Amino acid sequence: MDLSLSTETVGDRTIVKVGGEIDVYTAPKLREQLVELVNDGNFHLVVDMEGVDFLDSTGLGVLVGGLKRVRAHEGSLRLVCNQERILKIFRITGLTKVFPIHTSVEDAVQATD
Amino acid sequence: MATVELRFSALPEHVRTARLVAAAVARRAGVDEAVLDEVRLAVGEACTRAVGLHQSGGITAPVKVALIEEEKQFSIEVGDEAPRSAPGDRVPGSGADDVDAEEDEMGLAVISGLVDDVEVTAGENGGLIRMTWPRTPAAATVG
Repeated sequence: MDLSLSTETVGDRTIVKVGGEIDVYTAPKLREQLVELVNDGNFHLVVDMEGVDFLDSTGLGVLVGGLKRVRAHEGSLRLVCNQERILKIFRITGLTKVFPIHTSVEDAVQATD
Repeated sequence: MATVELRFSALPEHVRTARLVAAAVARRAGVDEAVLDEVRLAVGEACTRAVGLHQSGGITAPVKVALIEEEKQFSIEVGDEAPRSAPGDRVPGSGADDVDAEEDEMGLAVISGLVDDVEVTAGENGGLIRMTWPRTPAAATVG
C-alpha cells in the first residue's frame, strides 16, 4: 500500500491525516508535505497516524524533522496514535518523550501544554 | 543453503517487497504470529540501511537477503557490499554524512530494540546483519 495524505484546518491547528505505509520509499512524500505546511505558515501540526499500517525509522526521522521545523517557529507537532505496533516503535527509540501522543484528534486539537 | 534468497537493486521501492517476502517465509517457518510485525520491521530497517549504504557509496551491486529456516530457529541475513575500513570510521561532524549516519544509527537502534538475537558485522567487502527468531515447531505445518 502506498502513502495517503490529507490535511484539514481546525482553528490554529493543521491536521495531517496519514494512511498506508511510511518507509524509506514513501517518507519523502510526508517530509515534503510537512515542509510545505511549515513554509506556508502552519506551525501547529497534528499528525493523525490512525490509518498508518507501517512505520519505520525513516518515518520517525521525518517526524523528528517536522518537529524541529515547527519548534523553530514556536509551534507544535502532536501525534494521534492508538495502535500498539506503531507506539512500540516510538517507545523503543525513546521518542515517546519527544512527541506528545494523543488518543484522538479532538484531544490533540484541544491540548495546549 | 537458504530457504529463500532475494537480491534486489538498491532502490527504496524494493524494500517493501523484501519485507513482504520475509514476513511470508517467516510465517511459513512457524515464527510466532505476534512476532511477525517485528520481523517485518527489522528486515525493513536492515534493507533500508543497506540501500542507503549502496546509494551513498555508488555501489551498483544488489542488496542480498537470505531467509534461513533451521530446525529450531529462523534467521534473516541482510548483506550489503559497502566496504568499511574500520568500525566507526565516520568522523562525527563531517558534514552531509551526518544525516545519513544518524538515520543509520536510528535503524540499528530499532533493530537492536526489536530483535534479541542480532549480529552486526562489517568488513572491507561489506556488512551483514543477521537476525534470528525462534520457531514454534508445532505451528510449522502446511499452510
